[in-house]
Amino acid sequence: MNTGESIVVISGKGGTGKTTITASLAHLMSKDVVKADCDVDASNLGIILNGETKLENDYYGAKVARINEVKCLDCGQCEAVCRYNAIELKNGKYSVRPLKCEGCNACVVKCPNNAIQLLDEKTGKIQVKETSKGKLVTSVMIPGAEGSGKLVTEVRKTGKQYGIDFLIDGSPGVGCSVMASVTGTNYSIIVTEPTQSGYEDLIRVYEIVKHFNSKALLIINKYDINEEMTNQIEKAAKEIGIQMLGRIPFDPVVNEAVNGLNAIVEYRESRASKALINIYEQLKEEIS
Amino acid sequence: MNIVFLSGKGGTGKTTVSTNIAYINGFNYIDCDVEEPNGHIFLKPEYKEVVQSGILNPVIDEEKCTLCNACVENCQFGTLANTGKKILIFNELCHGCGTCSISCNFNAIQEVKRNVGKIEIGTYEKGKFMRGVLNLKEPLAVPLIKDVKELIVAHETNIIDAPPGSSCTVVETLEDGDYAVLVTEPSAFGLSDLKQVVTVLKQMAIPFGVIINRGDNNNSIITDYLNKEKIDLIGMIPYSMKAAQLYSKGTLLIKDPELNEVFVDLSQKIMHRVMTNGKN
Repeated sequence: MNTGESIVVISGKGGTGKTTITASLAHLMSKDVVKADCDVDASNLGIILNGETKLENDYYGAKVARINEVKCLDCGQCEAVCRYNAIELKNGKYSVRPLKCEGCNACVVKCPNNAIQLLDEKTGKIQVKETSKGKLVTSVMIPGAEGSGKLVTEVRKTGKQYGIDFLIDGSPGVGCSVMASVTGTNYSIIVTEPTQSGYEDLIRVYEIVKHFNSKALLIINKYDINEEMTNQIEKAAKEIGIQMLGRIPFDPVVNEAVNGLNAIVEYRESRASKALINIYEQLKEEIS
Repeated sequence: MNIVFLSGKGGTGKTTVSTNIAYINGFNYIDCDVEEPNGHIFLKPEYKEVVQSGILNPVIDEEKCTLCNACVENCQFGTLANTGKKILIFNELCHGCGTCSISCNFNAIQEVKRNVGKIEIGTYEKGKFMRGVLNLKEPLAVPLIKDVKELIVAHETNIIDAPPGSSCTVVETLEDGDYAVLVTEPSAFGLSDLKQVVTVLKQMAIPFGVIINRGDNNNSIITDYLNKEKIDLIGMIPYSMKAAQLYSKGTLLIKDPELNEVFVDLSQKIMHRVMTNGKN
């Protein structure tokens, strides 16, 4: 690569094999390509790529209100103005439910006695790891945190210090984290599976890819579970302009690889590995 | 009564388990996985009503606005910007919190609902069906999930299908949950993501149990953790190619006699826990 290309791997539907495929692509690509785990809700790429943590920084991606009990007049205006049900009355005292608070500032503005403050809230940690396959930027999100999209953006921003080419592991869905992962990328590899759910979710996530002008490339994983559906998806993909990158067969070696904390392509003779190497060749051709 | 099905990791079988359990008992099924709702594929509902869901966005009355900047300074989401001539509004960034209108001393801000998704309401063969569908290119799913939750009839039994992950959308889905079923798979990924949701559930003090889907000889990766943390294992669904094939076609797994037995048993175990507030 070395041309400033960014590739994101997404899926729409969860559990189709994004991370196992990303880990294998990371094995096949040059070490100079920076790997970024942007599936911040469930960051698993580091489990396979492993490596030593070289840098770790707290990330404060949200705000949370705190009521000063001494200054509080117990007037309840904060509770009335909060649209997130984040202020509760317990034993005659108002307090903030941190998981519900969006840090919007409404209560702070409304409070007649300046008794409420917005504090920076830690939403996760950004980690830079040195792996045998190059730099990996990942994160540890605090469960239940707000603003996972912002954490994605921070992971990508951190990655820019280490190179110009990126391989990004995205998250399922179509919302803020996915949009923050796809924006600014050149290629979006969509990993789907031959199921009705996989099909419908592919169509939805493709709209996001198109919106951000990223080129859509398709992998059908476990294609032989339902070959009729595989054919149907390939046909639909062709019609709407998604380019096929390849098919991967169902292969028990995938489970073995994940639980052995290895990449599939380390099992050279397996069917899944052969399919992945083929897919990588197709990808190289596409990019060059 | 709200029973929430979640997983942390995507694709572990939340929808598979929740749709089959709903069908067996004739419970209401509510799809809160609004980014990619898939429950309809299996329950094949007929929709009778569509409700639009939206969030309140600011609209500035330029005649009244003095460009005092209070709204811009108080907004935490970068929704408003002052060009010196007018206030610009970036609706997609707006969380609908109302801080701008509270801040305005000149009564120049009105809030108008902007559509972000829809809620489809109907019935499937055995009960009520409802799902939220987030508009594409709309980043914020929480307001839509909140609207879906408001339409739930609390005194009925509701099976709620949650989004994957463990962030704010999952917290919103779990709000008012009486019991949660965590569906995981016996892999290093399944375990890592399971731990994240367990933390959320403990913080929210919702009783829960775990189902291992596609169980095989690696189950100990999950059961060792559950034993150590004293977390209740509800049951296990063995790996089956048949299940994968039925799922791929959008067929409920209980249509297969063998799998039906597995799910009827699981259903009894879940309901026992729901009735006893999480005791097995």
